[in-house]
Amino acid sequence: MALAQTTETPIGVGAQQRSVSPWIAKQAPNLLLGLVLVLLPAVANDFILDQILGWTLILGMIALSLMFLAGYGGMVSLAQMSVAGVSGYMIAVLGTSSLPKISLFWPWWVAAPLSIGIAVLFGTFAGALSARTEGIYTIMITLALAAAFFYLTLQNWPVFNGFNGFTTIPAPHFLGVNWRDPVPLYYMILFFAALSYAVVLYLSRSPFGLALQGVRDNPRRMEAIGYNVTAHRIAAYAFAALIAAVGGILMVWLNNQISPFSIGIDVVINLLVIAVVGGLSHPIGPFIGALIYVILRTFALDALVAVGLDGRRFQTLIGLGFLIIVLFSPDGVVGIWRRLSERARAAGGRNGA
Amino acid sequence: MTQAFGDQGADQAPGRGSAPAEWIGRNPVAALVIAVAIILALWLVLAPWPAGFEDVFGKKRLFINALFNGITLGGLYFLVATGFTLIFGLMRNVNLAHGSLYLFGGYMGYEAGQWTGSWLFSYVIAFVCCALIGMAMQFLIFRRMEGQDLRQTLVTLGLSIIFSDLMVWVWGGNAIQIDTPDYLVGPVPTPIVVAVKSSGEAVFLQYPRVRLVIFAASVVIGIAMWLALHRTRIGVMIRAGVDDRDMLSVLGYRVQLLFVAVFAFGAGLAGMAGIVGGTFQSISLGEDSHFLLASLVVVIVGGMGSIPGAALGALIIGCSEQFGLVYFQNYATVLSFLIMIIVLAIRPQGLLGRR
Repeated sequence: MALAQTTETPIGVGAQQRSVSPWIAKQAPNLLLGLVLVLLPAVANDFILDQILGWTLILGMIALSLMFLAGYGGMVSLAQMSVAGVSGYMIAVLGTSSLPKISLFWPWWVAAPLSIGIAVLFGTFAGALSARTEGIYTIMITLALAAAFFYLTLQNWPVFNGFNGFTTIPAPHFLGVNWRDPVPLYYMILFFAALSYAVVLYLSRSPFGLALQGVRDNPRRMEAIGYNVTAHRIAAYAFAALIAAVGGILMVWLNNQISPFSIGIDVVINLLVIAVVGGLSHPIGPFIGALIYVILRTFALDALVAVGLDGRRFQTLIGLGFLIIVLFSPDGVVGIWRRLSERARAAGGRNGA
Repeated sequence: MTQAFGDQGADQAPGRGSAPAEWIGRNPVAALVIAVAIILALWLVLAPWPAGFEDVFGKKRLFINALFNGITLGGLYFLVATGFTLIFGLMRNVNLAHGSLYLFGGYMGYEAGQWTGSWLFSYVIAFVCCALIGMAMQFLIFRRMEGQDLRQTLVTLGLSIIFSDLMVWVWGGNAIQIDTPDYLVGPVPTPIVVAVKSSGEAVFLQYPRVRLVIFAASVVIGIAMWLALHRTRIGVMIRAGVDDRDMLSVLGYRVQLLFVAVFAFGAGLAGMAGIVGGTFQSISLGEDSHFLLASLVVVIVGGMGSIPGAALGALIIGCSEQFGLVYFQNYATVLSFLIMIIVLAIRPQGLLGRR
């Protein structure tokens, strides 16, 4: 678990001891980023809002649930995309879609919580299956589970409508706002992404999060102290599933469709790529990874052609980038940034002294 | 590596050869149940079925065909999964590029077959090509990050993304079928009755010769590997490495050489399996992840790092897939995953795995 174990706690601790500066100064980058994201609809067009940023935030949320498990729990679960898929499929089955034969057309305030509940059950079940085995087995078991769900949706017609999946699954209309319009949809996605980011950040410093990191670093010692290691792992899976499930519903509302290929094996693997490239040591990592991925996917084709390369080699580009990150910066982009800022601080300190 | 303590002697039978007899002595009831099950299964396969039976199970021809297809598919899965399980057992490296090696072997075998016209020679080419790639992977990359399980796995993942995209580039997205050589074309009569004509004449099953030959070959490879692991010096080193890698290297054995050799062998086997797969079915885009998943499930069911486990798992998964295709078409692929989930819930280390 070399990726995960390295550095987590020192970020906040050192800053707290050194500076007595007020909360606002410490949170300045976060607040600035939030302000930019909130004010963005004033300048950006609908394409950038939904297809770039909305998609980034949703992928970031689902990758965040992976990061929470991998970074704090040491469990690299590839089933998180399937958890999102379960809630996405359930909102189509229980709620509204273009298939009256399957969909139940329940109101959103029944369908959405129920979908999330079913997805959390699925995620917890995946966790219970893999939490009893050691580290590296998790990746295999969850990959197999994700594949099982993909094949189930592909072959099953009565519930999942097989190959075709569902289309026309709009976001609801409530509080006098039509949430399927680009700007309200963007704000809804932003709200849930920010909420899950904040909750993960909070949880990582809570007793539960600290115990989870203890379980990651030394399960035997935690067991000896009296913690229930398996229970902590399964609880982490349940919480991660909650984030992924919300992300799944937002994904369906944004794309207006879901099919087996929204949760295929390549998507599952891309999600891991996103989380690792962004960095598994801080909750901002998955969002950075998602932004890089979405921008690459949107513009790489044109860029590759412009340089004179074959635009279809996009996957090779992704694979190479991923490989470089894994080989040279196991902490992802967050790790690179942290190292650069530490070097800058060290240089500044030397100059000052 | 916590399992290295304490249970080393647990599965070693006290005297060679007496193990089954001793086991029967200890579990007479279980032995009886197994014996009855074997006799029943043999009767089910060999004898013509009574009338009521076909109502429940459908035509016997379908059942027997599914069984034979399942067993021969199991042979193919075994070839892919042994390399995977050996590499995992010895180096703790979950080689997620294993499916890509399988696909690459299939393509190289196809090219070699086109060039030389020899089906057997293409196996040599596929083995050598994949073994070279495996060696390069172990020597250039994994040697530098020993003991970092997750990082190695992520590297294999990155490699598999690149490999599969490059293979699409070179060979395109169309399925390629490798021709069966003339001497293996055609059916073989077997002594298995599938139906009885109204005249009382028995109809015997005809089965493709190439599938039977390939299955026999994979059984031979499996037995040879077992013998190599248990009767040769290299085999002893590998088994010792699986149990405790650090101790083996402390004792002065050249562990790095062993790693490269095992990686090359596992990759080569996957490459040869690619030709088998190309002859049985076809090779195309997407087969890499199909066979990676198949070997994952086989290895999880059978037990990580165990070759008999891989054989058992391959047989179970091969049969479940084929029976699923015949009896529950809507859930065929899910069936094997269901078996995996049940095994995980009851025995997380796999059927023949060790803790």
